[in-house]
Amino acid sequence: MNEMKTKAGGDFEIRDYLRLDLMPHFMCPGCGHGIALRALLWAVHELGIEKDNLAIVSGIGCSGRVGAYIDANTYHVTHGRPLAFATGLKLARPDLKVIVITGDGDCLAIGGNHLIHACRRNLDITCLMLNNEVYGMTGGQVSPTTAETRLTTTTPSGNSEPAFDACKLAEAAGAGLVGREVTMQTPALRTLIKAGLEFDGFSFLEVMSDCTEIYGRKNDLGESAEMIMAQKSDMRPEAYTTITDQPFRPNRLVTGILAQNDRPEYGATYRRQAAALRGENADGETS
Amino acid sequence: MTATLQNLHGNHACAMGAIAAGCRFFAGYPITPSSEIAERMSRELPLVGGTFVQMEDEIASIAAILGASSGGIKSMTATSGPGFSLKQENIGLAAAAEIPCVIANVMRGGPSTGTPTRPAQGDIMQARWGSHGDRPVIALTPASVKEVYDQTIRAFNLSERYRTPVVLLFDQVISHLLEPIQLADSASLHLVERQWATGASADFAPYASTADGVPPMPRPGDGYRTHTTGLTHGEDGFPSQDPTIVTQATQRLLDKIENHRDDIEAYECHDTDDAEVLVVAYGISARAARAAVREARAKGIAAGLFRPITVWPFPEEALKTAAAKAKVILVPEMNAGQLCLEIERLCGGDVKVEGLNRIDGQAIDPAQITNRIKELAGK
Repeated sequence: MNEMKTKAGGDFEIRDYLRLDLMPHFMCPGCGHGIALRALLWAVHELGIEKDNLAIVSGIGCSGRVGAYIDANTYHVTHGRPLAFATGLKLARPDLKVIVITGDGDCLAIGGNHLIHACRRNLDITCLMLNNEVYGMTGGQVSPTTAETRLTTTTPSGNSEPAFDACKLAEAAGAGLVGREVTMQTPALRTLIKAGLEFDGFSFLEVMSDCTEIYGRKNDLGESAEMIMAQKSDMRPEAYTTITDQPFRPNRLVTGILAQNDRPEYGATYRRQAAALRGENADGETS
Repeated sequence: MTATLQNLHGNHACAMGAIAAGCRFFAGYPITPSSEIAERMSRELPLVGGTFVQMEDEIASIAAILGASSGGIKSMTATSGPGFSLKQENIGLAAAAEIPCVIANVMRGGPSTGTPTRPAQGDIMQARWGSHGDRPVIALTPASVKEVYDQTIRAFNLSERYRTPVVLLFDQVISHLLEPIQLADSASLHLVERQWATGASADFAPYASTADGVPPMPRPGDGYRTHTTGLTHGEDGFPSQDPTIVTQATQRLLDKIENHRDDIEAYECHDTDDAEVLVVAYGISARAARAAVREARAKGIAAGLFRPITVWPFPEEALKTAAAKAKVILVPEMNAGQLCLEIERLCGGDVKVEGLNRIDGQAIDPAQITNRIKELAGK
């Protein structure tokens, strides 16, 4: 297998990393996913990751369509399964840099089982969960991260389920590195993603995105700028602050690296065990 | 390496066939009666530089092998009826995105949890129609431990050759049957390797319509940087809803199998030339049928056996030839009548087709078939 190639630095030019012939992209005006995509590509550039050795795996939903715009090896798989697909890809090809782009529905609802076991397994994959708090692609249904009282097309009287704190879940399940950032704090978002990509193990990064067109409009959260400014103030809009006793989600968005757990990376451990069975060292040399 | 004779269970023969075929990645989830395939692979794969992983569920297992195969490694999973149901959506992804993989389904009684430790042949139609939409299917039905080994190797060859998922269908009896088999001499094995994309990466079309309908596959790291999606896609790999492109893409998937039936179909004919009572049977039921036909012949009845080894695509012309003189076709199956429907479709206008079915979790006894052959022959 090839070593992951690094390339000489130089200024970050996002066009170098995009499939420009697919433009214009189909994300809605005001959607935060583009900001997350830019921050991801900045980190890829900063770390000198070669596009040929970059594999992006995504599932279904708005987040699932983001990966296709990246000029890399991109895989758009079944709903909820990008982490499982990525697990096979990374185990088979440890030389590839494997990044999963997923959403709150894809990752926490239909794919929730794969998330907890990916955290536990600690394979060297970075999971970028774009949390827009709603199923946007299908028209605005309630998701596992929709805040209580919010209106969606399937909660016409307001959501009565508590929202998931995905980072707490990932930490409890043993993820090597857990972090959260908001799209407004772009420099911090870039730094966090870079830290996730550099981490040797499973990194779970939650990016608070915003769904202006569907979720924002339904709940009178204002235009995109207002929704993003609400993140910037590190305080969720009114409905969040009025819920003081719900245990699952902090009223204030805690951001940055929230947990780090340096334990053996799964793939390296497996390969070391296998090499020992063959009477070799991990580099394949007979000992 | 010299060929060695050894006693193996069907499940172990499946694992050893996979290793011989070059399978170097297995992801699985425990399920009776297939678990010994995963157990054996967990021991064998690290010895040959491969990777075994037990995933968190059946869906994760097939998703993982699609990831590994996309990375360029021959990959496999194994399961039984309930797990096969769970895997169907991703089998559809493998067909649509043309990711080679092998799925062994050791059939047990159903529906639902059914009778996990008892044999059945209830997944014949699930193998054909289990995933939504129009898609090509290759499914193989070995009837002995040795044939499990051989057909597992063949499953990989077909999968790599046609860039499509291949399903192995056997049952609890064969999976736990102990029979002596000669493992192949590695030098004598005919192994098919996937055709990888080579040449210029600029304007490379990963799903181009090649002459044989099977486009070369781009391997990550080789510079092609293509897009793989379960959305219906054009030759460039990107999603399309253009009716012309959707039609072409779907038709090519179907044609690449249909146009290679000669290579894919496998079957056996026993005493079919003059058979007036034709038995059509597969898997473990075919072994009972073979004994029954022999006994009927000894009693002067013109009985014959047609045994599909490739059950999908069904060897249609070969069956019609075998049934040329048949007055009646008997289809013994350990289900309420599945392949029987296909035989009726192919021959039903000309001859009487009837099922001989067991749904009690027991293998079909040769005497059952013999008795019915005698009745049908009027003896």
